[in-house]
Formats: sequence, C-alpha cells, structure tokens
Amino acid sequence: MGGDRGEGGKFIMDSITEGFRRAFSLIFTLDIELLKIIFLSLKVSGTALLIATATGLSLGAFVGLKRFPLRGIIISLMNTFMGLPPVVVGLFLYLILSRSGPFGFMGLLYTPSAMVIAQSILAFPIVASLSHSAIVNVDPIIKQASMTLGATPFQVTLNIMREARYGIMSGIIAALGRVMAEVGAILIVGGNIAGYTRVMTTTIALETDKGNFELAIALGIILLLLSLTINMTLHLVQRRGMVKINI
Amino acid sequence: MSLRLTAINICKSYNGKPVLKDCSVSFDSAGIYILMGPNGSGKSTFLRICALLENPDEGKINYFSDIPIIPPLSRGELKRGVFSENNILKRDIELKRRITLLLPRVGVFNTTVFKNAAYGLKIRGMGHDEIEKKVNTVLEFVGLSHKKNHNALTLSSGETQRLGIARAMVIEPEALFLDEPTASVDQENTEIIENIILNMKGKNGSTVIIATHDISQAERLAGRVLIMQDGKIVETSF
Ligand SMILES: Nc1ncnc2c1ncn2[C@@H]1O[C@H](COP(=O)(O)OP(=O)(O)OP(=O)(O)O)[C@@H](O)[C@H]1O
Ligand SMILES: [Mg+2]
Repeated sequence: MGGDRGEGGKFIMDSITEGFRRAFSLIFTLDIELLKIIFLSLKVSGTALLIATATGLSLGAFVGLKRFPLRGIIISLMNTFMGLPPVVVGLFLYLILSRSGPFGFMGLLYTPSAMVIAQSILAFPIVASLSHSAIVNVDPIIKQASMTLGATPFQVTLNIMREARYGIMSGIIAALGRVMAEVGAILIVGGNIAGYTRVMTTTIALETDKGNFELAIALGIILLLLSLTINMTLHLVQRRGMVKINI
Repeated sequence: MSLRLTAINICKSYNGKPVLKDCSVSFDSAGIYILMGPNGSGKSTFLRICALLENPDEGKINYFSDIPIIPPLSRGELKRGVFSENNILKRDIELKRRITLLLPRVGVFNTTVFKNAAYGLKIRGMGHDEIEKKVNTVLEFVGLSHKKNHNALTLSSGETQRLGIARAMVIEPEALFLDEPTASVDQENTEIIENIILNMKGKNGSTVIIATHDISQAERLAGRVLIMQDGKIVETSF
C-alpha cells in the first residue's frame, strides 16, 4: 500500500513538473488561446471596474458629503456588501438572467456582458465603501479653508475628493484585485465557454478539475503576477498618501 | 479698493448656549482692526460670521463698497429687496470672493506649496500664465519661493502660517480676516507676518480684522482695537 501511494505521488509530481514546463512554453510562445483568455479577463474586469468606479465613487461621495435620512443604513449596507460571496451574486444573477427569469428576454446569460454585470456588483460596494471612508476622513478644515478661498459648493466637493484621492485609488485597486481573482460569480453566469466566456480564473478551476494542468498552471502564474502587480501598486498608492506631517 | 462692513445685532448660539449676544460693530473705514478678548469670548465665531462662512441666528452683516455692485441686480432681486440700500452687497459667491478668512489652523491641502497658493486663483478660472506670475510673486513675498515644489504638509508651523497668508493674499481680498495669525509662531516669523500684513494694507487699502491675544501686536500694527467679552464688543478705541 505504501508503495502504491509512493507511485501515485510520483505520478502527480511528474505531471506537475511537466505542467510547469509546458506552462512556460505556453507563456513564452505567446500561445493564442492563452492570450485570448488573458485579454478577456482584463476586458471583463476592466469594464466592471469602470462601471463600479463611476457608480461607487458617486455613491461614496454622496453619502460621505451629504446628510440625509437612512444615511447610516446605506453606509452599513455598503460595508456589508463589500464581503458579498461571489457565488451568491452568481446565483442571484443567474436566476434573474436565465430564460425564465425577469431579464431572461435579454439573452445575457453565458455572455461576457453577464460577467461584467456580476463583477460590477462585486466591485461596486468596495469602491463605494472605501471611497466613502476616504472622503469622511478628510479633515473638515479642508472644507472650511476651501470656502474661505471662495470655492463654490461644487468646487469644495472636488477639493475634498482630491484630498481623499489616495484612499479612493486604494479602493479602486482593491476592487480590481477582488474581481480579477474571483471565480464563483463569473463561472455561474459566464459558463466558461471556450473562446467566448473563458477567463483566467474559470479556466484554472475547470482545467484543474479535468487534470489539464499546463494551461491552469500557466494562467495561475500570470494571475499571480497580476495580483502581485495590483498589490504593489496598492502599496505604493497608500505609501504616497502618507505624507509626513510636520505640525 | 476696499470693502467696509457692519455687523448688526449678531446673535449666535451653539447647542442652546449663546456665544454672540447682540453684537454690533461697524468697520466703516479701511485699515487694520485688532480684535481682542479672553478665550471663549466669541472672537473666532464673530470672524467666521463676518467672513460669511456661517450665518448668524439673528442680525446681519452688511457689506458696502464704492465699486459698483457685481453682478448687476436682477429685477427679481430688486423686488425681493435683496439690497436694502444701493451700496449694500448681496451675500453670494461674488461677494464671498472679495473677502477671505485665515483660520487659526490654516488647513493646507495635501499638494505642493505652489498649488496651495494657487487654489484661490484657479477656482476663479484665472489663466495658467497669470496664476504662475501672481503665485510666484506672492511666494517670494512671504519667503517661500524655495519651497514651492514641496508638499505643503511638510512645512513648519511658521511656514504653514505664511503659506496661509500667501494663499489668502494672492486673491487680493478687499476685506481680510485673520484669526490668531501668529499664535504658534516664533518671534522672527511673527515679525515677517506682521510686515506682510502692514505691506498689504499699504498696497491695496483693504479692511483687515485680526483676532489676537498679543497686546503689543496691536501697537506694532497701529490697529484700532476692539475688545470682546462674553459675546459682545465692550470697548473700541475708535
Ligand atoms: N462650532 C461650534 N460648535 C459648538 N460650540 C462652539 C462652536 N464654535 C464655538 N463654540 C463655542 O463658542 C464659544 C466661543 O468660541 P470662540 O472660538 O468664538 O471663542 P474665541 O474668542 O475665539 O476663543 P479663543 O481666544 O480661545 O480662540 C466657546 O465656548 C466655544 O466652545
Ligand atoms: Mg478663537
């Protein structure tokens, strides 16, 4: 029995080594399938991020700068939804977009658009919540000082947001990190259709399942590099935001 | 160019606690005014209200100018009696842009010294070249030229205070309110700041109102003194 286990382990090791070898060859020969998958990942997550930034930043700024009833509830909701489980979002969207669902007529299920919607939903609360906290943490003196210098209410708002820029950028980058790494939601609504809705994470999940390690490993390496880049950028932005204060 | 102002029966409370009690005073000629009084007597509150940053609960601030009113009155405004007298200015952004208040804590923006000083001009839509010229001049004037590309948050408190003055000066206010401009500043910087104030007064004859605890500052600036106590002006030297 011990011998069996040993041989099984050897087999897996071999296929991993082989997987890495072929993964690097895929990367270095710029394999077309690989590139398409990477490109779609970036396109889906990038578009989702743009949508989430436009909407999330507006909500975050509005809630951060205005006082109105239910404001506290909206803030709690934004915070809660930051940790939205992707599979639940996927399931929810699936029900809405499936043929028998209320938006079934739009035929969006298993399209890149459905994936963009899913990731926008995931990214939106992150951008909203983090930009909200960046904006409320701006020293109130900034508002006063802007007003004393003759700023209109709109100019005051812009100036406050400019003061919050590093926090806002951190929120956007954090959201990008989350959607790039996410698999649950886009697998459900995208379906991982080869050449159409296959992105990095869904390919890794399904190819690993099938024992096709080479593509999975190649994508894994690239995904790791991407998230490393994202996190380093985040770190840099946060560092830039911390100016040594001399008072 | 100068703006003059009158405070008429100003009352202001915070959380039910009266801070200004029927405070009236008229600053009816340009020059330097020194506002003194114990801690908590209401000086800062009074300056914020005069500078139109806050509304009083009761009473009003009237601004007067020899210069024709900008913008011209609309018929609706005339009907609504926005102007009770012909030369009383309306409280709107046009008027607010002719006055400024230097807060006790300057509130510099997290950007370069240059951009801080340029802010007031930028929001007024001034062109790049003119801003460059004016800001360079004003930074030279307050002795901060060599730091113009530094982040303003890294300045010392004296330098911060000078930047605050530069940022206020560059918009050439016709009424200028300074709330303890030399409170946390050493003697050398105090002198520099006082000279800036004197120079400014000489240059464009604006109305300058300074809150301070420094009695000798009043003498050095040859200002007219007002004493505030318990939410009222109790004594004036003019
Ligand atoms: N925004 C505010 N909210 C609540 N209370 C306030 C506010 N501003 C001022 N006060 C109160 O009003 C009173 C007068 O304050 P103010 O700052 O005008 O006094 P001051 O004469 O400038 O004092 P100091 O010499 O210490 O600067 C104080 O008791 C203060 O607590
Ligand atoms: Mg004060």
